[in-house]
Amino acid sequence: MPIAPVTVSLKAYKGKWGVEEAAHLARRTQFGANWADVQFYAARSFKKAIKALFEQDDSIPPPPVNTYNDDKYTDEEIAAGQTWTTAAKQSGMNIGRRKNSLRSWWIGQMLNQKRSLQEKMILFWHNHFATEMNKVDNATFSYKYHMLLRRYALGNFRDLLNAITVDPCMLRYLNGANNVKKAPDENYGRELQELFTVGKDKGSHYTEDDVKAAARVLTGYRIDNKVLANAQGVFEPNRHDTTDKQFSSFYNNTIIKGVKDKEGATEVAALIDMILQQDEVSKYICRKLYRFFVYHNIDEETEKNIIEPLAKTFRKSNYDIQPVLKQLFSSKHFFDAGNRGAVIKSPIDFCIGLCREYNISFPAADDYVTLYTMWQNIHNTANQLQQNIGDPPNVAGWPAYYQVPQYDKIWINSDTLPRRNQFTDRMVSYGFTKDKFKLAIDVVAYAQTFKNPGDPDALIEECAQRLYSIPLPDKERTYLKQGILLSGLQGQMSDHYWTDAWNKLIDANDTINKKDVTNKLRKLFQYLMNLPQYQLC
Amino acid sequence: MKRKEFLKNVAAGVVLPSFLNGISLKALAGTSTFHALSRLMGEDKVLVLIQLAGGNDGLNTVIPVDQYSAYSAARENIAIPENKALKLQGVEGTALHPSLTGFQQLFNEGKLGIIQAVSYPKPNFSHFRATDIWMTASDSNMVLNTGWAGRTLDHLFPQFPAHYPNATMPDPLAIQVGSVVSSTFQGPSFTMGIAISNTSKFYNLIEGKTDVESDSRWGEQINYIEEMSLKTDQYANVIKQAALKVTAQSDQYPAAGKNGLADQLKIVARLIGGGLKTKIYMVNMGSFDTHSKQTEDTDKTSGNHSSLLKKLSEAVTAFMADLEYLQVKDKVMGITFSEFGRRIKSNASGGTDHGAAAPMFYFGHTVKSGIIGNNPVLPANATVQDNVAMQHDFRAVYSSILQNWMGLSPDEAGAILPGQYPLIPVV
Repeated sequence: MPIAPVTVSLKAYKGKWGVEEAAHLARRTQFGANWADVQFYAARSFKKAIKALFEQDDSIPPPPVNTYNDDKYTDEEIAAGQTWTTAAKQSGMNIGRRKNSLRSWWIGQMLNQKRSLQEKMILFWHNHFATEMNKVDNATFSYKYHMLLRRYALGNFRDLLNAITVDPCMLRYLNGANNVKKAPDENYGRELQELFTVGKDKGSHYTEDDVKAAARVLTGYRIDNKVLANAQGVFEPNRHDTTDKQFSSFYNNTIIKGVKDKEGATEVAALIDMILQQDEVSKYICRKLYRFFVYHNIDEETEKNIIEPLAKTFRKSNYDIQPVLKQLFSSKHFFDAGNRGAVIKSPIDFCIGLCREYNISFPAADDYVTLYTMWQNIHNTANQLQQNIGDPPNVAGWPAYYQVPQYDKIWINSDTLPRRNQFTDRMVSYGFTKDKFKLAIDVVAYAQTFKNPGDPDALIEECAQRLYSIPLPDKERTYLKQGILLSGLQGQMSDHYWTDAWNKLIDANDTINKKDVTNKLRKLFQYLMNLPQYQLC
Repeated sequence: MKRKEFLKNVAAGVVLPSFLNGISLKALAGTSTFHALSRLMGEDKVLVLIQLAGGNDGLNTVIPVDQYSAYSAARENIAIPENKALKLQGVEGTALHPSLTGFQQLFNEGKLGIIQAVSYPKPNFSHFRATDIWMTASDSNMVLNTGWAGRTLDHLFPQFPAHYPNATMPDPLAIQVGSVVSSTFQGPSFTMGIAISNTSKFYNLIEGKTDVESDSRWGEQINYIEEMSLKTDQYANVIKQAALKVTAQSDQYPAAGKNGLADQLKIVARLIGGGLKTKIYMVNMGSFDTHSKQTEDTDKTSGNHSSLLKKLSEAVTAFMADLEYLQVKDKVMGITFSEFGRRIKSNASGGTDHGAAAPMFYFGHTVKSGIIGNNPVLPANATVQDNVAMQHDFRAVYSSILQNWMGLSPDEAGAILPGQYPLIPVV
């Protein structure tokens, strides 16, 4: 097989714009290539398709609800089916239940994602500004944190940075709320630099004294949660260190003047402005975006011809994220054949993507108990595959997004690979059930959305197009057709046996034929998802 | 553990992944005090099933030369000339297709037999349905969800795949080469077999290679995933170890890539020779659906059907020689089967349409060779309505093998197959 080329530049993409390109765009910027989305993109000009991706939805999704009353516990404040995010209080009995509700709901937001980059950017920021629901142990804080990421997902990085710094969830997670002038807690001051802004790549030279100085700038915040639903970070001047803070030569020996009284809160913005003056911030963020959206390895050429120009765009836009991503997704580089299929799907991509690709039906919103149970099943699966949404392993996020040299290969090990196969096997067969509801791939309904499912070659071609980002080898095509669809029959001459069986599906009385076709399709999709190609996006 | 509990626990299990299987085989992790059925029936006997997909034309395979005029009248455009048909030692009135020289020799040496006119009551003429019937051993109007070999293996190795592999059965129960795991191996909850989906995957496994160029970004990722897949597949390792024990095989096989069935059987011989305890192997060849151009117009002994039979004969003959070479000849027997035979009367496009009963071959160094049953009776003026009438129910063949080769009791065989069938003296 010829080696697919990769051109290392940000030259605008001028190539073919069809379903394959649209599917590649969808797989990387959403979760899985939902075919209706792909067709929507492909039916528009390239420019309009990219524009559609960036439409930020400012509407607030229906918040997570109480699905958790059971024989051991009834929430006295929040009725079943009502949102607990407005609750004034929480208790030991409901914190865990609400956290689970939030986890399931978050999965639900991804499953129901609009034709937009927003949900994937929420995941990006969740990984970047990581907090752990279990450590924070306050579902309301975690919900507010999620909503903050949602609001700024496609917005301005500086604004996001300012907001997250005083977010109650983050104040608790990285001890910002305990950071007082008497004995500063350096936790946030350190991660702000090491993980959130300048990073620790070669171009970052902040010092230990810079950590201490930043921590002192950040003193004075606490969490006001007298009414839980209104929880917010508040600045207490008497907890704030009002002395001047001296930074190292990396920050041009900047001094952030100590400010007294309420105005002391303005020091945070000054700190963030100082940090953002370092070009390294834009490069560090662009490297992370590149690894998240394109490919794990950044060599010198990529650094010079992709990362640096993107970083420049980022700075020029005063840290608006959109121009950077637009430039990246509009580049030839992004669409290069050599870059397609170069990413191992994260567990979230794998699980949510499968549901969206196959258009799997979830219970209606009014059956919220069953709905949340199904969302939770997907959450649990992704968790088993080592991506527990809401609870990254630590403040650095998931290692697959940063750990040299393995990166996304970390997702695949001797435990998780069999589990991935088990999940796909399960979804083509018995799925997940609750009462009368079954969450599984309807293979016949799915194939019915194909252009020409009665033609075995066309059926296999469209499967490959929809499910894979890289070519399906001829050997596998032959095998799928002869070994599965035609039960061992060979040659073009035999195609009509599949066609006949497919056409007979409309005869509802022919249950034997329907069963036969269903079984063949199940084997087909099971096999396709067991091939390593399905692990890539 | 009861079946129901077992099913519930599946979610906690481990899947043996896709590199070998295609269909991932689920096995529950962990060891326990479970002891495999120590009574391994038929001890070390191995059964090889050769599927001839598409419906083999029985009348041009085993030719009723005692009714030659009826035969040639019914299929003048494809009839094998009487003087070209291969005679069998000690047999009058029945001869083989000229391509089956290897089979002729095996027959004469007492290593191959023919069961005439095998089918079942109310035969079905759809490939898919008829194949299902042969694989599940159901009645014509019955739908079974399990395969006959799958039920046999479930009986011999209860509660597979929990607690497998184990010391008693460290190897795959059944292996399919060259296709997806067929319904023949479907057990009550799981498939009882694994598939080596194509022969190059087998040699990649043995040689530790992958198919993909690792120079591309995605190729490098795929290689990594395939390597991981092999590491997690316990059966991949035992297969590799068994194969590596065999360093030379018979030189009678056609060159690799020339004869797909021979390539598959060569792998089967290597695994048996390497000591795998696997009970049942399945291999297959296709293209027997000869609706048109079954023979050349000028030379009826050549053409599509002829080359198929030649490959079949060469493959089985080489396999038999290899079993002897590898010193495992007494362990192995095999049968051929096809979902149906073809119509007595040929059609105008030089082929034959879907039919009913057809002969089966069985082979092995210890089988009772001969012809079981009589030539089909052909009408003098065959019409498109005429079919070869059944003499033997295919379940009788299965039942005889289960009892006389695999060592099951009549009751056990009767529980696996839907009913009792008369014994056929194949071994």
